[in-house]
Amino acid sequence: MIHEYDVVIVGGGIAGLYTALTAVEQCRVAVVSKVHVTRSHSVAAQGGIAASLGNEEEDHWEWHMYDTVKGSDYLADQDATEILSEEAPNAIISLEHMGVPFSRNAQGKIEQRRFGGHTRNYGEAPIKRACYVSDRTGRAIMDTLYDRCLAKGVDMYDEVFVLQLLFSNTHCCGVAGYDIATCTPQVFHAKAIVLATGGCGKIYKTTSNGFASTGDGFALTLDSLIPLEDMEFVQFHPTGIYGLGILISEAARAEGGVLRNGVGERFMERYAPTLKDLAPRDIISRAILTEIKEGRGVESKDYVHLDLREIGKEQLTQKLPEISSFIKTYLGIDPSETPIPVAPTCHYMMGGIPTDSEGRVLINKGDTFLPGLFAVGECACVSVHGANRLGCNSLIDLVVFGYRTGVNAAKHAKGKDLPQLPQQAESIVSSKINHLIDSAGNERAPVLREAMQNLMTEKCSVFRNRDGLEQALEGIRQLEKRYLNVCLANKSRIFNYELQEALELGNMLKTAQAIVFSALQRKESRGAHYRSDYLERNDEEWLKHTLVYTAPEGLKTSYKPVSINRFAPEKRRY
Amino acid sequence: MKVKLKIYRFNLETDREPHYDIFYVEANPNERILDCLNKIRWEQDSSLTYRMSCAHGICGSDAVTINGMPALACQKLVKDYDNTEELLIEPLKYFPVIKDLNVDMEPFFKRIKAINPNTPEKPPNASTAKERLQSIEERSRIDDAVKCILCGCCIAACPVILEQEPEFIGPAAILRAQKYICDSRATDTVQRMQIMEKPYGIWGCKSYYMCTMVCPKSIKVTEAILKTKKKIIQDLHPKNQ
Repeated sequence: MIHEYDVVIVGGGIAGLYTALTAVEQCRVAVVSKVHVTRSHSVAAQGGIAASLGNEEEDHWEWHMYDTVKGSDYLADQDATEILSEEAPNAIISLEHMGVPFSRNAQGKIEQRRFGGHTRNYGEAPIKRACYVSDRTGRAIMDTLYDRCLAKGVDMYDEVFVLQLLFSNTHCCGVAGYDIATCTPQVFHAKAIVLATGGCGKIYKTTSNGFASTGDGFALTLDSLIPLEDMEFVQFHPTGIYGLGILISEAARAEGGVLRNGVGERFMERYAPTLKDLAPRDIISRAILTEIKEGRGVESKDYVHLDLREIGKEQLTQKLPEISSFIKTYLGIDPSETPIPVAPTCHYMMGGIPTDSEGRVLINKGDTFLPGLFAVGECACVSVHGANRLGCNSLIDLVVFGYRTGVNAAKHAKGKDLPQLPQQAESIVSSKINHLIDSAGNERAPVLREAMQNLMTEKCSVFRNRDGLEQALEGIRQLEKRYLNVCLANKSRIFNYELQEALELGNMLKTAQAIVFSALQRKESRGAHYRSDYLERNDEEWLKHTLVYTAPEGLKTSYKPVSINRFAPEKRRY
Repeated sequence: MKVKLKIYRFNLETDREPHYDIFYVEANPNERILDCLNKIRWEQDSSLTYRMSCAHGICGSDAVTINGMPALACQKLVKDYDNTEELLIEPLKYFPVIKDLNVDMEPFFKRIKAINPNTPEKPPNASTAKERLQSIEERSRIDDAVKCILCGCCIAACPVILEQEPEFIGPAAILRAQKYICDSRATDTVQRMQIMEKPYGIWGCKSYYMCTMVCPKSIKVTEAILKTKKKIIQDLHPKNQ
């Protein structure tokens, strides 16, 4: 089946839907999603969306920009960060106008609360900058955007898994995938393709991400010889429920929750005297694991406590109802009475497909556009998050750059003819599917997946060093070899999830290798990338973006400069 | 502990009738029913078919019928059930089964789409650059409705839909309409109330409270429907009061 559109968006989270809503004003748009659109992982975003509205106290976009740049350990591109912070307030207003049911303050304005790393007057003290819908911010935004997309006539193709980018000479001219329900190839032929495929938390054992976060967009671009930027920067959120990895939003600490070690000490006071429990995520995750390593985990185990008792029952019900409810479901405890066992959980990819601030994908040394291809959201790297993202800056990134990408994808498509579609578009997909279904190998995908998750968690998470990363790289390469022998017991062509999970594993292995390879090269510690063999940030040699790409002999890296137009790098203290 | 699961199996490609398979998995009491299903798919029978995504009750993918009641497989734990008995896992009722626990959700989303007016509300001019004001009290009127995750449990439990009128628009769509109708900012309230009054609309609800009972997000669905009915009478039929 071949579908023709002006703009096709792969991924139906907030980035994809906002791009679609913007582009559909100008042209015909389709959203293609691996899960039903309303199940996309943006729905799991809890705490809020950052903008210097100043509804609670004085705020300025320059303060927001400074916090974002400092939070990024000075790796964010400041031209892009300026756009993010300056356009954020209007983005919130447009969401409100679309109908997002933001929580309100006594004046009837959008209520704002504190969040990690967001400060007043260039680092003085925490500031209330996070707009929110109790602790269901992502779900509420998604629901509003979904209804708007329906009203505007965005076509949605649910449960279609994209396996290949299609090119006509140097232009991207479509994507090919298959309908998960029937295994039939689906080709989307378009003038502009937007990748909005999200992250890849599932390459780690413990993650806040859903099952669909398998790095599909990263693998698509690597396969097409497009580079990926800053892949070594993987965010571990400090407060995942111990063992399960389910996220407990920073909003819990913004509302008054504190972290305590095994002796009951509020240890963040030692690591970040000013911001304490609202320090950025990279710093808190390292602090938690340091406490555990030094024997101060709770009951000497590998977790600490998130203590929400001070917040009180009423505030918990009002401000954090979702979190209170699932803590009760999964742990059987009442957070107003009992502290919650937490540990860092893989949460977010700062790196991704390199784009400019209009969403256009950059190739070569990051200086050339690939005509027809755009990327937005977690899978993209603009870069506004650099080496460490601040909480609430992800959702605002989706909306600000979703808008810009939508405008530019539509502009690119307008007045152009459809580029010629490669003839073998459908058969590429069939042969990928048949290859797996007919495979006579002897490896099972779930076994390899678990080995990859253990390896990545042990060797390439919060603390890293050369030996570990070399072992991880070798391990992933071994797993990729074994992956060639993956076979399926289930040969059905109706909802064959064994097939889908095997294809996803292929994507995750490629992504994992790009992460480890980039991490091994970067011989410094910056943001979420912390090397115990190179403890300090080294601006002289490493204040630059990594580009990792597939070459005939394997992965290679090159580097591109960081845009610095306002804030010179300085030591990061909180 | 050892958990015995009896699971509904059906494949549209090959089967004329559904059948049940028995599986045993080792699970601890705090594990989710979804974890049990995953152990089966990953370790015993890779053809077992069910949807999942977030695995913590916010995406709405994995609604199934557990021991006769609609529920999210990721929100129910092994210890929530009597494990001396087998656990019966079936697809959601009402929806056409495609394979095992995967149903065709189109009849659900058809309803969700039906509540939207043909001419969508025009958002205010963005150049005004101000949010519309809404008091805390006004906002609280839609508190419950924003919790809906579109899982479909309420439709699969609704006695009106299951036993009387399969075309009834059902709880989830009315709740979603209520979110707009009771939003103090909305300007298309009348249009939406008129949609609610179409055949198979809101008046089909007989307040069985089954939707409220099964809702995985503890939404007081029936109450929201009653409030909406009341508002429709007040605003559209004031003479009948």
